[in-house]
Amino acid sequence: MRKIKEFIIEKLILICGIASIFFVVLIFLFLLKEGLSVFNIVSPFNFLFGKSWYPISEPPQLGILPLILGSLLVTLGAAIISIPIGVGCAVYIAEVAPGKIKEILKAGIELLAAIPSVVLGFIGMVTLVPLVKNIFHLPTGLTALSGSIMLAFMAMPTIVSIAEDALYSIPKTYKEGALALGATHWQTIWRVMLPAASSGILAAIMLGIGRVIGETMAVMMITGNAAVIPQSILAPVRTLTATIAAEMGEAVVGSEHYFALFAVGIVLFFISFIINVTADLFLHKKQ
Amino acid sequence: MAKISTEKLNLWYGDFQALLDVNASFEPNRITAIIGPSGCGKSTMLRVFNRMNDLIEGVKTSGKVLVDGINILDSNADLVKLRKEVGMVFQRPNPFPLSIYENIVFGERVHSENVKKDKLDEIVEMSLKSVLLWDELKDRLKESALSLSLEQRQRLCIARLIAVKSDVLLMDEPCSTLDPQATAKIEELMRELKNNYTIIIVTHNMQQAARVSDDTGFMLLGELVEFGKTDQIFTAPKDKRTEDYITGRYG
Repeated sequence: MRKIKEFIIEKLILICGIASIFFVVLIFLFLLKEGLSVFNIVSPFNFLFGKSWYPISEPPQLGILPLILGSLLVTLGAAIISIPIGVGCAVYIAEVAPGKIKEILKAGIELLAAIPSVVLGFIGMVTLVPLVKNIFHLPTGLTALSGSIMLAFMAMPTIVSIAEDALYSIPKTYKEGALALGATHWQTIWRVMLPAASSGILAAIMLGIGRVIGETMAVMMITGNAAVIPQSILAPVRTLTATIAAEMGEAVVGSEHYFALFAVGIVLFFISFIINVTADLFLHKKQ
Repeated sequence: MAKISTEKLNLWYGDFQALLDVNASFEPNRITAIIGPSGCGKSTMLRVFNRMNDLIEGVKTSGKVLVDGINILDSNADLVKLRKEVGMVFQRPNPFPLSIYENIVFGERVHSENVKKDKLDEIVEMSLKSVLLWDELKDRLKESALSLSLEQRQRLCIARLIAVKSDVLLMDEPCSTLDPQATAKIEELMRELKNNYTIIIVTHNMQQAARVSDDTGFMLLGELVEFGKTDQIFTAPKDKRTEDYITGRYG
């Protein structure tokens, strides 16, 4: 009797384990099935590097280069803002902050992670967008820069918490060794702690960027959604994610537009996949 | 003149008193061993000498520790200078996860404003030669220090101190993670280095203390029970507690 019970439980757990892989594979296959048919109309090269995205003109122009550049620009901006602040914050929490401030900061970071992105987008829309507009004297504040700043806030919690973990898990003997050689606290951090934690910190950055590139709601609300190749960071852009979210509702099922949106999904899938695998490689290098 | 001496040194971890009125003096060019059972305060005392105890919260001290006649427990003592002069070798070899080369020049990079490549090369060669690693490692300087064996790592850590021109080597059970052969080699190195350094070694291995040291101090429950020439401590201890410990009645 007991044996049967063990057997059943074991198999149930096995199914749970397999389920997650099964769903990923299923999603991927579905994406491929729907998305690949777009290549009957445009070549993969023209799809990826075509300069115009007019999916409902006749004939449709399905070049996603403006969308890819939009995503990259917003992500790059967010990375430039969030990496120094995030890593700096992690160093402060792990190394400098006294007990109480450390707890408050960590709680604050967790809270930041818990804010739904639509709320952040909403706050950005009413505060940040007018600010950007006024500072740079632009016709509209809905720009790549606004999106970058907002996304930087979303990447921060990931970067800070993982980088802080990485710094925290460095053997204490490294720190002692450096201090015992007469290094100052900052020299110890800069020359020993950060290099020792570098793979963990890189993983933190990659995962933060992964979050940014997949983010949809906030960018759709504050980047202006113009599907043109951006001339500067102060111009409106449209990202891959926002394109799918905005257009999927109105695309006719089975149309070229519909298939093209799935193909955009495939591109996103690959970008996220590559980022996550890279992050994983860094994390494993550490161990 | 004594290199390091303590006067009525007391230390508390919170409410727990770990050192009790310790008076001792450590002579240059000699190896002094501190022995005693675990928890007797020997590592604590060692860590007072380069103020590493500052890293622990709730540590209080009273009394004096004079290094070259200067009281290092003063609140305005120059810790960077102190730690440069009084180097420490830890129980577990702790090279940084950098290249062998960078490990050795770490001190120079940290302490001097502008570093010249030839000077660094010189330092690396000199330090590695002093710990007898140069021939083994001269072609592997760019490799990670973590690729070395435990014994080599411990030598590298000593080389790192030689590179900053420390006068004092504090060794906190430097051989406890090494096998007997490696231990013998480190001990040999210590004997060679003592001509230029003041060496203080904490060990709970009495044979080691008897083998390498010139002077020995025996500690028990935070008190320095007896301090004297190693021969005398091991053959004719004056205090009953020392005798009991050395003959293996406890510890």
